[in-house]
Amino acid sequence: MAEVNELVKSLSQKHGKERGSLLPILQGITEIEKSLSAEIMIEVARELNISTAEVYGTASFYSFLDTEPRGEFIIRVCKTISCDMKGKRQIVKTLEDLLKIKVGETTHNKKFTLLETNCLGWCHKAPAMLINDEVYTDLDDNKVKKIIRKYRSK
Amino acid sequence: MPNDSLKRVDFIFDKDYNCKEVLYDAFKLTRDEIVEEIIKSGLRGRGGAGFYTGVKWKYAKEEQADEKVVICNADEGEPGTFKDRAILEEVPTKVLAGMALCAKVIGAKKGFIYLRGEYNYLKPKLEQEINKFTDILRSELNFDFTINIFSGAGAYVCGEETALLNSMEGLRGEPRNKPPYPTHFGLLGKPTVVNNVETLVYAVMVFKIGAENFKNIGIQGSSGSKLFSVSGDTPKSGIYELEFGMKVSDFVNEFGDGDAKAVQVGGASGFCVPRKSFDKTTIGYQGKLKGNSLPTGGSMMIFNSSRSMYNVLHNYLEFFVEESCGQCVPCRIGTSEYLENLLALSETMRLTSKCGLGQSVGNSFSSIVENFKEEMIY
Ligand SMILES: Cc1cc2nc3c(=O)[nH]c(=O)nc-3n(C[C@H](O)[C@H](O)[C@H](O)COP(=O)(O)O)c2cc1C
Ligand code: SF4
Ligand code: FES
Repeated sequence: MAEVNELVKSLSQKHGKERGSLLPILQGITEIEKSLSAEIMIEVARELNISTAEVYGTASFYSFLDTEPRGEFIIRVCKTISCDMKGKRQIVKTLEDLLKIKVGETTHNKKFTLLETNCLGWCHKAPAMLINDEVYTDLDDNKVKKIIRKYRSK
Repeated sequence: MPNDSLKRVDFIFDKDYNCKEVLYDAFKLTRDEIVEEIIKSGLRGRGGAGFYTGVKWKYAKEEQADEKVVICNADEGEPGTFKDRAILEEVPTKVLAGMALCAKVIGAKKGFIYLRGEYNYLKPKLEQEINKFTDILRSELNFDFTINIFSGAGAYVCGEETALLNSMEGLRGEPRNKPPYPTHFGLLGKPTVVNNVETLVYAVMVFKIGAENFKNIGIQGSSGSKLFSVSGDTPKSGIYELEFGMKVSDFVNEFGDGDAKAVQVGGASGFCVPRKSFDKTTIGYQGKLKGNSLPTGGSMMIFNSSRSMYNVLHNYLEFFVEESCGQCVPCRIGTSEYLENLLALSETMRLTSKCGLGQSVGNSFSSIVENFKEEMIY
């Protein structure tokens, strides 16, 4: 709890306590914690002097502000049309097989979460995915295997 | 085959370009003269809606306020669009110069780049470029202007300018009713200009080559060139800068794989052009064009005959179901009902939805369903 308090405090010092700081603060927490727990949202509400419902209501609007527990590496595979046409389904299947989880799930060791997302802006190099902030494009099975191997050893 | 209407140009990514000098000359003019020059050029917004940039700046300029704001819209979420990312990656200074030009005109001291969360990786380099640029502005052009990056958090609708403002204010990214327009009541009520990344670059170009020359590129009603993001069934996917006024048939001859049966222009919220209309459709804003013309944010997706248009449509509708902000009942309920195949609903949604998301869901739907009826029976 003390850690949570400190993180929220340091972010509000950096971004300010106005309502407009809410998103940057929630993003800062997500960067470190990977998702927003009820505890931390209560703490943010207290810090900015707004209701917890406001914090949750805002956070739940944005797909990059997760309120469910997530792994250290969040994989987001693009499922929009260009990637879909260029074999996104196979990429998801490969990832599911490698990680032994389904889309929406997190591995037991809390290392990986597998999600789908909408167009990432790399349609000319489809299929594409994000792992946290890193972009991976022109994916095929081999490439995906190599990438996951790299992250496993991180 | 001669390609009459397909004119490749290279303005946006041309690196042989000194933004500082262009600004230095532009800043010798009065604010009125600058805005008149932009109006004269006929430059229209490249974010999709095609509003006249000079007119927008003029509205904001005429507002009386202590503080005004310039926002560069880099939320780029329309499926099939990836040009704004490339601009920010390759020629960021031009975007910053466009923001400074706008700030000069309207009297703003603060600017923001609303960068979609998916492009977070661009942030460190962009921040460096911003620091370098604002230092030059201050020391060499005697102009105080700060630029900050605001990161989006994964919501397509936040590209809509009023949703973007709400998002920056720490609220849910739900579009507002318009009017009031952002030029009058924008970020925290301050007069605000929101422009697309590409628009800002062309604003600088107007001063580089002159309004008259700019106007002579493209066609009447749609002056200048435009970046097109080309993807789908094409051996040449990528970003191309082309003059306005090209025919879809010429485009397909150049970029198709020889078997194109449809081109989706403008992304999921755009229109589907079937093969039989390639010849009759021109790319540009609605105006003095013969035949059908399509405004566009520049997304061009090509589908060949191996593709099921039913699957394409289904993919778009899933996109809208997820991305609708849910404020308007017709859009919230309608996007999922579309998936159940309700053509009649499209007109209601076009008329009763608050923002362009709900208003445009019917575009893809009607144009795909009407032209590929036989593929929709499943
Ligand atoms: C649902 C929706 C999403 C939009 N997304 C974007 C976007 O990602 N980038 C953009 O520049 N404009 C987007 N727009 C258009 C903006 O509302 C606005 O018209 C534009 O940023 C104005 O800039 P411009 O005049 O330079 O085009 C979107 C509009 C709607 C309705
Ligand atoms: S039209 Fe749809 S996305 Fe736009 S404000 Fe209404 S519910 Fe939200
Ligand atoms: S459709 Fe996947 S990156 Fe655009």
